[in-house]
Amino acid sequence: MPLGPVARDTSLDLPPGPRRKEDVVLDVRGLVKAYDDAVVLNGIDLTVAEHEVVTLIGSSGSGKSTLLRCAGVLEPISDGQILLDDRDISDPRIDADAVRARFGVVFQAYNLFPHMTVLDNVMLAPRVVHGVPPKEARARAEALLARVGLADKAGAYPDRLSGGQQQRAAIARAIAVEPRVLLLDEITSALDPELVGEVLGLVRELASGGATILMATHEMGFAKQVADHVVFLDQGVVCEEGPPAQVLGEPTRPRTQEFLRRVIDAGRL
Amino acid sequence: MSPEQPTPLELSRRRLRAGRSRRSTLTALVSTLVFAAVLYLGVTNAPGWPRTQATFLSPQVAWDSLPRILEGLWLNIRVLAVAAVCTLVLALVLAVLRTLRGPVWLPLRLLATGYVDLFRGVPLIVLLYLVGFGVPALRFTDSRINPVILGTVALVLTYAAYVSEVFRAGIDSVHPSQRLGARSLGLSYGQSMKLVVLPQAVRRVTPPLLNDFVAMQKDVGLISLLGPLDAVRAAQIASQSSFNFTPYVVAALLFVLLSVPTARLADWATARAAQREQSGAAL
Ligand SMILES: Nc1ncnc2c1ncn2[C@@H]1O[C@H](COP(=O)(O)OP(=O)(O)OP(=O)(O)O)[C@@H](O)[C@H]1O
Ligand SMILES: [Mg+2]
Repeated sequence: MPLGPVARDTSLDLPPGPRRKEDVVLDVRGLVKAYDDAVVLNGIDLTVAEHEVVTLIGSSGSGKSTLLRCAGVLEPISDGQILLDDRDISDPRIDADAVRARFGVVFQAYNLFPHMTVLDNVMLAPRVVHGVPPKEARARAEALLARVGLADKAGAYPDRLSGGQQQRAAIARAIAVEPRVLLLDEITSALDPELVGEVLGLVRELASGGATILMATHEMGFAKQVADHVVFLDQGVVCEEGPPAQVLGEPTRPRTQEFLRRVIDAGRL
Repeated sequence: MSPEQPTPLELSRRRLRAGRSRRSTLTALVSTLVFAAVLYLGVTNAPGWPRTQATFLSPQVAWDSLPRILEGLWLNIRVLAVAAVCTLVLALVLAVLRTLRGPVWLPLRLLATGYVDLFRGVPLIVLLYLVGFGVPALRFTDSRINPVILGTVALVLTYAAYVSEVFRAGIDSVHPSQRLGARSLGLSYGQSMKLVVLPQAVRRVTPPLLNDFVAMQKDVGLISLLGPLDAVRAAQIASQSSFNFTPYVVAALLFVLLSVPTARLADWATARAAQREQSGAAL
């Protein structure tokens, strides 16, 4: 069967599964994103339900970061629709700043603001965007830092932290605004291998605490254990999706099989 | 091996290093002395030296002109302070205007770009004449406009164009994910600019800004062209009445003295910035 990147064969899609429609928090419908002439995302359908962890996998350049940026209203989209709690957030008339404040985002690197202490980084959005009084914001930020194991680093500047500590602080900052959805973009791929565990451990904790997470990752082992749903992106379309055991264990599409073979060869599964 | 008890190998290496550094200190000392001696002998043996010494380096004339020149310098310092602050503010506004995107801002953006192109191109001396003599000719007020103010305005107009480019480079050098990170938290464009981008940009451009400040410190002397009694003008008057150039040398030395602390500060800021860069940019 030919596997064009554009024509998406829906006959192979899995049934919706146990997720119920009213639980859907983030609903991406027919999302298209093009830069000038290059079509990066070509009709993505994707849902993230309440308390669910959805992981995006796919080779470099498949559009994972672009999808996360579009979902977080950090970039205008070319076509399609994105709904957050049934509200169309791709509508140009919405207050984009207010919508962004409902997402927590962590990127691969350069998340923290280097001219502020870790505590000030975590306190910034609650104070400036959500109008939390300084005292309360500080108390909450300190509690959050303690929760991610960085209580003693509150007064330090980011460049004094290890890469893993920086990413944990960035996660603390992202959850300080009590986001509806956490968008995590390969948050461990810039880290030394021995630091990956501490950051993923924190994500695992958040997931079991009921956070709603959409994350791009290269860590297949982590996806296998923690994800409720895995989406394999290939050349801007969803090539295969389903429970981790199925997509990562018995993939049906040749592209997925090939991708996973390369991942296994690289020792990542 | 404890650090207090170095091995014989390390001890011998330390002796070698100490000897080497003694030798290079000695070399530097000798070469400096030789250079100074050659320069001194060369200048003092020049045929015109006695005459030059009398017209440029007369202690008596220097001493007599010093109070007036110092008084003039105080005016320069005040102009400098006001001009520096105004330049920073205007330059920051221009730089931010030039970063704005979107059709609504187009007129402001074009205006800021045009301003920078214009005032970077006009020589300061020409601008001083244009503002100093052109603005009074417009007769906005009946009374005479203070030339000190006009000189300060010309200085600010020119320097703001330069300094805004420095600021703009600083804004551009802030990593794009910092902006994206700020926006992802829900901060508005203005808030991300004010709280995230500008503080980092200003930190980065502090060394070049201090260099521009040094340049401005001496360019304040140009306001004398419009007539106010600043250090240069005082030196000119003293020189004309004594038929001697020594007052200019006095003024020059005072300007140098004024700029040395800033120059050292700029060096220090540069070194510190380099050190920060090296200690690892934040992940
Ligand atoms: N601002 C942009 N302008 C033009 N093209 C872009 C832009 N951002 C991304 N792209 C292109 O979009 C495609 C997808 O990029 P994206 O960063 O989303 O991939 P990714 O799946 O996150 O890859 P990686 O695993 O390497 O992070 C790439 O081909 C990239 O060149
Ligand atoms: Mg990416």
